[in-house]
Amino acid sequence: MLAFIIRRLVQSIGVLLAVAFIAFAMFRFVGDPVNQIVSIEASAEERAQIRESLGLNDPFVVQFARYVGRAATLDFGISYQFRQPVTKLLGERMPATLELALVSAVFALVVGIPMGVYTALRRDSWLAKLFQAVSLVGVSLPTFLIGILLIYVFAVTLGWLPSFGRGEVVRLGDWWTTGFLTTSGLRALILPSITLGLFQMTLIMRLVRAEMLEVLRTDYIKFARARGLTRRAINFGHALKNTLVPVITITGLQLGSIIAFAIITETVFQWPGMGVLFLQAVQNVDIPIMAAYLLLIAFLFVVINLAVDLLYAVVDPRLKVTVRAA
Amino acid sequence: MTEPVLSVRDLKVQFVTRRGVLKAIDGVSFDIAPGEVLGVVGESGAGKSVTGSAVIGLIEPPGRIAGGEIRLKGERIDNLAPEAMRRVRGKRIGMIFQDPLTSLNPLYTVGEQLVETIRTHLPLSAGQARRRAIDLLAEVGIPAPDRRIDGYPHEFSGGMRQRVVIALALSAEPELVIADEPTTALDVSVQAQIITLIKRLCAERGTAVMLVTHDMGVIAETADRVAVMYSGRIVEIGPVRDVVKHPLHPYAVGLMGAIPSLETHADRLVQIRGSMPRLSAIPPGCAFHPRCERAFARCAVDRPEPLDRDRRKVACHLYDEAHAEIAS
Ligand SMILES: Nc1ncnc2c1ncn2[C@@H]1O[C@H](COP(=O)(O)OP(=O)(O)OP(=O)(O)O)[C@@H](O)[C@H]1O
Ligand code: SF4
Ligand SMILES: [Mg+2]
Repeated sequence: MLAFIIRRLVQSIGVLLAVAFIAFAMFRFVGDPVNQIVSIEASAEERAQIRESLGLNDPFVVQFARYVGRAATLDFGISYQFRQPVTKLLGERMPATLELALVSAVFALVVGIPMGVYTALRRDSWLAKLFQAVSLVGVSLPTFLIGILLIYVFAVTLGWLPSFGRGEVVRLGDWWTTGFLTTSGLRALILPSITLGLFQMTLIMRLVRAEMLEVLRTDYIKFARARGLTRRAINFGHALKNTLVPVITITGLQLGSIIAFAIITETVFQWPGMGVLFLQAVQNVDIPIMAAYLLLIAFLFVVINLAVDLLYAVVDPRLKVTVRAA
Repeated sequence: MTEPVLSVRDLKVQFVTRRGVLKAIDGVSFDIAPGEVLGVVGESGAGKSVTGSAVIGLIEPPGRIAGGEIRLKGERIDNLAPEAMRRVRGKRIGMIFQDPLTSLNPLYTVGEQLVETIRTHLPLSAGQARRRAIDLLAEVGIPAPDRRIDGYPHEFSGGMRQRVVIALALSAEPELVIADEPTTALDVSVQAQIITLIKRLCAERGTAVMLVTHDMGVIAETADRVAVMYSGRIVEIGPVRDVVKHPLHPYAVGLMGAIPSLETHADRLVQIRGSMPRLSAIPPGCAFHPRCERAFARCAVDRPEPLDRDRRKVACHLYDEAHAEIAS
């Protein structure tokens, strides 16, 4: 098990270095950082001086090493637009994005799994068919359209829920602000979470349904029936448990894309998260923010991947052996 | 005569498909006495597994029991409500499938699967059920059962897994065990052990066995009686010695000719000329007539019904008294 973890850690670091390289390359090849810092009227000497002080004359490898070293201590430089540390800017907005992603993921799981199980077990009922049809819509409608539709119905027409922002937030410690503790914060989470989670929910539902149908056809389910186990024990104790093994992997991996895709939802709902910050950064060629965001997303993906692998090994006894043997 | 454990009368099983109704089983009748081993043989597709599934109530749509009666100790079970039938499965009828590698749920230890089955059918505490599970594992010949009980299926070899499956099938002391090709998927070296084990355990308990197999050698050694199936019907059924040594039905004659002798090592049935008809194209009259060397005019139009002939039943016009008179 330890060897497995170490091997996966080394792989993860490799992936992060590769992403860091791309992020770093942006500094070199997308515009001249000096131009972003000094005013247009700055003299050539001033520019040269800044160039020197930023270390831009050092060999490429040295600069890259320095960038990685700083990134490792969470120093991503100063934003060109805001003239503030990138870490502080991202840190302020991270809670909004993570809370949104978390609620979306929970929504997708809590609704998607039962719907998948239901459509698999009651394949021919009208409700199952309805779920199937709805899931098709969920998969094919673009996120921004879903967001706009939800806003139109629940915020504009019915006036039940807010259409933008995070509502009232409460500060927890130095770093975290949460919308979970106020009514307006919770209400503000509903529409964006549904918007962001709907695609994943339909994905999970279809995945659970397909896997469950597959498992229900296996010999061990047939044997479980022949042993006279109750319907409940078979469907939930045996079939669902075996279904969830692959579902865990995919869902876990989807968490990364939920965070990454939050950009669109955040834009539609003017959600004060990292995605909006990133979009602004792209518009203004604010490379330190873009690079840091890229690295952050890569880091999250890698961590999630690792966690999913470990979880998988815990759930599936067959894997423990191969892992032990490795 | 003692009441049979299992009594099947004129059983019909059909599969409703887009291309029409397929008659997989079309009028099958047989009895199994307490403690008796009934061997069931026949080419692939003859309906052996479907018969077993019908008895244990596991025919799934689009399949359905379209007629006949199945009685367990005199009590009808083919028309029980699903919940009542579930309580018969595992408790009164145990089942052993072909492939032990896929019969067990990979995510649960063998102990968990045993305890679950035992507690579904018997009013035992978790501790008592575990005790019983260990005893069962010991009985089926798993070494160090108190340790192995916490192992996962993948930690057992194929033969050992089939022993676990047998333990599961016997865990609630059923009156009847249906073993559908229990050794086909196993290594040749352990096949005999598994068959001997099933035979011994069932003999000790007085459990009746319906043993489906392709291996005529196994039938000859293990079964008390044998039923030969062809195209959804039993063409000959009777004491194993009579049927194996002196088969009457021309199809059975062909099958028995295919028993591997000591010199040949074929363990599958040698094909009789031609092949069994598809369910969608069963010929009228005797389904075997296109392949039968002794067929005559009546065979193509008139379906032979099983007729008593000494201690057996044969479904062939050659043994019809009326025909015999005409012929003589
Ligand atoms: N679910 C099903 N749908 C349609 N036809 C089926 C189904 N299950 C079985 N059959 C048909 O019923 C017939 C009998 O099948 P069965 O499995 O009982 O054969 P078998 O004698 O057990 O053969 P084998 O030796 O290959 O196991 C076959 O023609 C098969 O195609
Ligand atoms: S009934 Fe006729 S065709 Fe059928 S087995 Fe007997 S002799 Fe052959
Ligand atoms: Mg079969």
